[in-house]
Formats: sequence, structure tokens, C-alpha cells
Amino acid sequence: MISVKDLHVYYGLIEAVKGIDFKVDEGKIVSLIGSNGAGKTSTLEAVLNSVKRSGEIIFSGYDIVNHKTHSLVQRGLALVPEGRRVFINLTVEDNLRMGAFNNDENYARLRDAMYKLFPRIKEKRNQMAGTLSGGEQQMLAISRALMSEPKLLMLDEPSLGLAPKIVGEVFETIVKLKEEGITILLVEQNAFAALKISDYAYVLENGKIAMEGIASQMIGDDEIRKKYLGG
Amino acid sequence: MDFTVFMQQMVNGFSLGSMYALIAIGYTMVYGVLRLINFAHGDIMMVGAFLGYFGVSILGLPFPAAVLLAVVGSAALGMLTDKIAYRPLRSAPKISLLITAIGISFFLENAFNVFFGGTPRAFPVPEYMEIILSLGGLTFSVASLMVPIVTLILLAIILWILFKTKYGMAIRALAFDVNTVNLMGIDANRIIMIVFGIGSALAAVGGIFWAVNYPSVEPMMGVLIGLKAFAAAVVGGIGSVAGAVIGGFIIGFTEVVVVAFLPEYGGYKDAFAFVLLILVLLFKPTGILGLNFDKSRF
Ligand SMILES: Nc1ncnc2c1ncn2[C@@H]1O[C@H](COP(=O)(O)OP(=O)(O)OP(=O)(O)O)[C@@H](O)[C@H]1O
Ligand SMILES: [Mg+2]
Repeated sequence: MISVKDLHVYYGLIEAVKGIDFKVDEGKIVSLIGSNGAGKTSTLEAVLNSVKRSGEIIFSGYDIVNHKTHSLVQRGLALVPEGRRVFINLTVEDNLRMGAFNNDENYARLRDAMYKLFPRIKEKRNQMAGTLSGGEQQMLAISRALMSEPKLLMLDEPSLGLAPKIVGEVFETIVKLKEEGITILLVEQNAFAALKISDYAYVLENGKIAMEGIASQMIGDDEIRKKYLGG
Repeated sequence: MDFTVFMQQMVNGFSLGSMYALIAIGYTMVYGVLRLINFAHGDIMMVGAFLGYFGVSILGLPFPAAVLLAVVGSAALGMLTDKIAYRPLRSAPKISLLITAIGISFFLENAFNVFFGGTPRAFPVPEYMEIILSLGGLTFSVASLMVPIVTLILLAIILWILFKTKYGMAIRALAFDVNTVNLMGIDANRIIMIVFGIGSALAAVGGIFWAVNYPSVEPMMGVLIGLKAFAAAVVGGIGSVAGAVIGGFIIGFTEVVVVAFLPEYGGYKDAFAFVLLILVLLFKPTGILGLNFDKSRF
């Protein structure tokens, strides 16, 4: 589905991502884990060309390195950004409309599907998105990204700041999306939870890939647990 | 105070306020998406008025067709300035954008001065617009009645676009979070260009109304009108379309009231818009309906 080679991300003179390779196969959940400042967000933003970067990015067989953000989204990539970033001055429903900007014909159907997936946001559909709770905003951000019917969905710390019960719901949703055939690239600090639902994982450390492997094996490996998973 | 005189002045204020409102909307919308005070906006209005003038007096078009020409021409010019002058500066400091706007303003004023001369040209007002109607002691021309009516219709269209269409929603979303707009698969640059198009089209209508009511056009006409419309946008709350309209009416009414009821200060009428501007900046910098951009991720 997507394969990335020798990716570098720069913020002025700072090199935040220092030449990483990774790939996500179709229909899988792949996790990118690592501590604060490891370069996870930078990596996702680099895939979408919203930061200064270099490298090779092949998506569904096409070289997409020179495409602009909006055209990448039109081609089937979507990002649920870190910190949700719902449009606080638009209603919940209008946020969904924005997600389907290039998908007019399926808007109504997808909107209803999202309301079914997250009944809580249906109740608040005419409220400004800025008035939603953190968890509700996260659900809205996920729904909004799904409105473009992406082939690859990237989620940046979807569990951040959520109550444990809601974290569970969000992770269940991610599994459901995979079952519906959406490929997922998941960034998480909550490494255990991420590995549990992932097929494959990369550990990012100071802008480099420190290790990678099959998720279930990584959970089982005591050394990895100690070193990267905090226990 | 004579009631008829009072009502008469209200009609005048409504008409003048409408013109400021039409022009102020362009300032406020562009500010919303670029955080730029587009100092060339008043000159786009001037170009609109000129296009209307050329349409009627040189091409011999009927008035509505000349208005259409002005609207389309100004919208195209507004979008062109965005594309060639502002877009290359998207990631430059805001001050570069502001200086560029001033540059475009000077360019348009001087280009029109060179090609068409600085002498005001009488605007060929269609006869039916000069018909004087009287109603219960009030008299007004068809033109002064048409201005507020057309303004209200245009305002309704703009609000419909902003709140009911996906493009309008994107315009509002853009005011708070550009990057996330791109994440929706929306080309933010295209939305910004649409904003310039809408603002410039409205300015052209405002410019033609101006030319019809004070029947002349000249290359520097955009300077003072533009500044007052800018003051209106700030008074109403920069970034808010409804605010721009309210601000336009406040400035329009203030001017009319000063001239009518304090004639000894009539000579200062142009100053009152700026007095209001200063008062607003001192006591409520976000204006009457100012959007709270604090939470924006612009
Ligand atoms: N806009 C920026 N300007 C300068 N440096 C930045 C910028 N954004 C990120 N960085 C730096 O790049 C590095 C990687 O940041 P990034 O946001 O990708 O980390 P992360 O793995 O997502 O961290 P977190 O888990 O805290 O979200 C950090 O050292 C950070 O300070
Ligand atoms: Mg991050």
C-alpha cells in the first residue's frame, strides 16, 4: 500500500527524522511507537507533504513525493491529526461535510454511517464542534477523516487525553475499520494498546527506527518490553 | 427635529451604509483567510467603477450588462492579484504581504492615472435611476432606494454561501486552521482565491453604486472610500461578514447624521469614521462582532 524510503524531515536546521524506511501493507494495522519528540508526528506529516522533507514515498504503486497535501488526500490518504483539530467554529455536521469535500455523492450515506458508528456525535450534530468533549472531538476527527473514504488512514495519538473506557472504544473502532478493508498507520505512545491491535510495528527513537517487528512477537519479548514498552 | 427630515436622513444613511458594507465585506473576508488588510481593495473597487463607466459610455452596454462586466472584471482582477502577488508570499512574514498590498494599490492608482487621467469623469447614470420618488413627504431617487435593496440581496447570497455551501464552510474553516483544511483534500489556495473573487465582485457593485450616487469616477476614488470601508470592517469586527455590514451602516449613518444635524462639523465628516476606528481599537479591538481568533491555529 505505502512504502517509504530514506525519509528525512527538517525544521530549519533541526533534522527531526533522520532517514527512516517503513511500509504498510494493504489491509494491515501498522504502528509507529516511540517517546515524546521521537519524530512520529513529523513522519505522518511528511507522508502528507505538510512539512519540509526528502525521501521516496510510493503509494499504491505511484511515486507521490511531489504531490501536495490536498491532492494526496484526494488520492486516498487521510490523517486524524494529533490534538484532533476539529473545526471549532463549524457544527459537527459541517465538520463531516468538510471531510467529504471531494465526495459529494456519498456524503449523506457516509454521514449516516458515522452517526451509527458514534451515536454520541449524532446527538450533537448541530452544535459547534468546539463545544464537544475531548473524546467526542476525537470521534468527530476520526469520522471526518473517514468521510473521504480513504484507502490508508493515519491516526496520530487517537487515545491522547481520553478516559480509559473511551480509549477502548476508539481502539475497537480502529479494528472495525481494518475489518472493513481500510489500511491503518497508527501512531501511539500507548504502546501496549497499539501493539495489541497491530500486525506490525516500528519503534522510533530520536528520528531513527530503533527496531521493528511483528507486533505480537514484540509484546511477547521481555527485552523489548523492558526497553521500549516501559515494563 | 422634523420627523420627515429625520426619516430622509435615515434613508440616506441606509444607502451610504450599504455602499461601505459592500466594500467592507471584502476586507473582512480576506482578513479572515490571510490575516491581511488588503490595502488594494479600495482600488479594486475603483477599477470596478471604471469598468462600469467604460461599459456604459464606451461599449454602449445597457447598465445591468455594464455592472456584470464590472463584477466579472473586478473579480478576475482580485483573483489575479492573489495569484501573482500574494500567493508567492504565503509563508513570508505578514508584513511582506501588507507591503505588497500597498504596492498593488499604488500600482492600480497610478496606472489608471497614466492611462485615463486624473480628472473625474461623469458617470452616465441611467435615466430611470434618477427618477425621484416621493412617499409621505420623503423623497428619494430610485438609485438611493436600489442600493440598500441590492445590498441586502447580495448579503443574503453571501451568508447562504458561507453557511450552506461546502465552499463557504471551507472559507470559515480556513479562518481558524489552514493546515487542517488541506487535510480535508481541499486546496486552500483555491478557497483563498474564491474569497478574493467574492470580495472584489462586491466591491465592484459598491464602486458602481458610488459612481451612480456621486456621479463620477476617478483613479483615486478608492483611497478614502476604501479606508472608510476598512474602518467599517474593524468597527464591526474584522473577520466577521455580519460585522462588516453592521460597521458599514454605523459609519454611513454617522456621516449622514453629522452632515445633517451638526452642519458646522460637516467639513469633518470624513474624520468621523476614523474617530470611530480609534475608539474601537482603544476599547474593543475585536469590534462589535469580532471573531475570537485566539483559538485559531493560523
Ligand atoms: N514546528 C517545529 N519546529 C521545530 N522543531 C519541531 C517542530 N515540530 C517538531 N519539532 C521537533 O521535531 C522533533 C520530533 O517532533 P514530533 O512532533 O515529530 O515528535 P512526536 O514523536 O510526534 O512526539 P509526541 O509524542 O510528543 O507527539 C522534536 O524534537 C520536536 O522538537
Ligand atoms: Mg506527535
